[in-house]
Amino acid sequence: MEFGLSAEQTMLQQSIGAYLDRAAPLERVRELCEQQVERAEDVWAGLCDLGVPGLLVDESHGGIGCGLLEAALVAETLGSRAAPVPFVATAVMAPLALAAAGSRAQQERWLPALAEGRIVAGAALSEAASHRTSQLKVNGTRLSGRALFVLDFAADVYLVADAERRLYLVEAGAEGLRHETITTIDRTRGVGELILEDVTADLLPGSNDPEVCNRVIDAGRIVLAADTLGAASTMLNKAVAYSKERVQFGRPIGSFQAVKHMCAEMAAELEPSRAMMWYAAHAFDALPEDSRLNACHAKAHISEVGTHVARTSTEVHGGIGFTDELGLHLWFKRIGANRQLLGGPHQLREEAARLQQWV
Amino acid sequence: MDLSFGPRYEELRQQTRQFIAEHGHLAPPSFLDIDRPKTRAWQELLLRHGYVARAVPKEYGGFGAALDPLEAHIISEEFARAQVPPGFGGQGIAYLVPALLELASEEQKRRFIPPTLTTEILWCEGYSEPNAGSDLASLTTSARLDGDDWVVNGQKIWTSTAEIADWMFCLVRTEPDAPRHKGLSFLLFEMKSPGVRVRPLKTMTGDAHFNEVFFTDVRVPRDQIVGKRGEGWIVANNVLLHERDDLGDPDATLQRLGTLVELMKRETVGGQRVIDNAAYRDRLLQLQGRVMALRYNHLRLLSSKLHGKAAPLAAMVVKLQGTELRHELEGLAVDALGEFGILYEQGKHLRDGGSWQAMYMFYLGLIIGGGTSQIQKNIISERGLGMPREPKVAS
Repeated sequence: MEFGLSAEQTMLQQSIGAYLDRAAPLERVRELCEQQVERAEDVWAGLCDLGVPGLLVDESHGGIGCGLLEAALVAETLGSRAAPVPFVATAVMAPLALAAAGSRAQQERWLPALAEGRIVAGAALSEAASHRTSQLKVNGTRLSGRALFVLDFAADVYLVADAERRLYLVEAGAEGLRHETITTIDRTRGVGELILEDVTADLLPGSNDPEVCNRVIDAGRIVLAADTLGAASTMLNKAVAYSKERVQFGRPIGSFQAVKHMCAEMAAELEPSRAMMWYAAHAFDALPEDSRLNACHAKAHISEVGTHVARTSTEVHGGIGFTDELGLHLWFKRIGANRQLLGGPHQLREEAARLQQWV
Repeated sequence: MDLSFGPRYEELRQQTRQFIAEHGHLAPPSFLDIDRPKTRAWQELLLRHGYVARAVPKEYGGFGAALDPLEAHIISEEFARAQVPPGFGGQGIAYLVPALLELASEEQKRRFIPPTLTTEILWCEGYSEPNAGSDLASLTTSARLDGDDWVVNGQKIWTSTAEIADWMFCLVRTEPDAPRHKGLSFLLFEMKSPGVRVRPLKTMTGDAHFNEVFFTDVRVPRDQIVGKRGEGWIVANNVLLHERDDLGDPDATLQRLGTLVELMKRETVGGQRVIDNAAYRDRLLQLQGRVMALRYNHLRLLSSKLHGKAAPLAAMVVKLQGTELRHELEGLAVDALGEFGILYEQGKHLRDGGSWQAMYMFYLGLIIGGGTSQIQKNIISERGLGMPREPKVAS
């Protein structure tokens, strides 16, 4: 029995973290946010060289063939640096959907291209995950309507779910497809809207079983929770570091119990969240019967913890935390966006209740 | 991550289940109202089968198995699942024995551990004083050497089970001129010693297992000291470490959550089950998420013991998070009961024996005891996060 990370998993996190510290320091992230682009192409290219987009793609298609825990650990690292790159759709949801439900031809066409980083995939599953909009109509294999909150936006191909939870691929250049960027609080990631008018869509044949779509959403939720865990850990570390530097009343504010206890409360919630994220990601592959309940609870719980940390860390920083000066708000907003995407905490807890037949 | 335990452990799990099925009815109902003959018989049965003191060496009355945190975990999980008390814990077995094994002399181990394990000796813990609570190192109960005896004078307070205990382990000041932490020693003595007086303190739950204990010229043989003179703080902290581990047990909380779910399915408001009310249900689900997180944290700590990978922060949060969570869980049950939630102790309308209110209050006691939540936050921030200590007030 071993409940923890292997040496390889720890090394994976360290090498991605070291790369991001060089390629995407805070100044660079800020600059990109101001330019309002969907992603930092150079940072993403470097991550592709490290094999990030092929993490979940099997080796026969040019990937590495890791499990969701590795993907979640990378997501945690991306969140910790507020990295402005695609990940949840491109490296997790699309590859998993293709592997589970794609035809051989679809797999051969898309998986190597994804694994090598030649293309970026978006995910338009908001309707299936959050039930806020229901405007997508199917006519044979042609789709019409709108899909909101598309993740990893400005992609080459989109994974789209219909009302029956069937999954399709829609190419960015397809006739009748329009793209519109959506402005969100989180400028570190691209989110957008697809407007479809009788657009040709390529059904993933295995997705007639709605379980495929559900699993893809579970994975997305776990990975977003991991991103929040990373972002929240950074915010706690920044609060602790600032409290040791900032002097008021002749002493570092970190020596006041009021401030110490705020930091202790953040740590007390974050540490168990780490174990919870590991378990949820591990269960996705190893304990499928335990997986959905854990995905719901991990995202709901870690979102709550993240929100608490985001607010409290900002408060520990005082006035400067509220300004743009330290860039702290980049993590605050990333945590805020993760919380709502693919289902907010209240909705996820209701799903957890239904899964247990409590209602 | 590898969550499989392997065949040897699965066999232990099956054996434990079978043992509980066969013998579980012999367990005394509550260790709060201790029935000594019944408790002792149950304890001795568990000792013989290795379900308590499993890793305590045979020469000290234990089962003599190799120390294996996974075995201990499986046994604890199975007793919690069956909701059968896993033997008498108490301050003696759960906290003192591990410290004695590490720090006591050979003669002391042979003398004190065996009767403690059988519950022949029940212990109480003499730490806090009226003016030394969170600031424990400022305690003033004194012991001075007179011939072959220590002579103890002073007072302890919040002493759980002192009214039934046979012995006390007690932190006293033996070196009045040494710096605070270095002036303390750890003594063991009988509660029936002349000069020991116990005054019960009734708690908010209505129980009187809390006491004040007064010492007037209590004579204690000089060899009844654990560690050297002036090393009492080290021994006491070793004891506290085991105490804090024990107070956040997620297996028990998980079981309690299951009982709460049953309650919320059973109780109705206007013909509707409480669990069908979205506001109550959301609180329940929030608690479930937190229980799961703490349970995984517990598994991580178990694994860190097995593989020698330290996870200090994960360990420091257990007492704080575990007791706060349990208090809130009991509180939701009281709310779910509505007006029935105020019933207490007895009466035909009482639900679940009034245990929800009792535990709601009892866990507030545990939030305060064993190092308050505020002290836990000091520990987490100073030792876990490396934040600066509060400057000392010049005296």
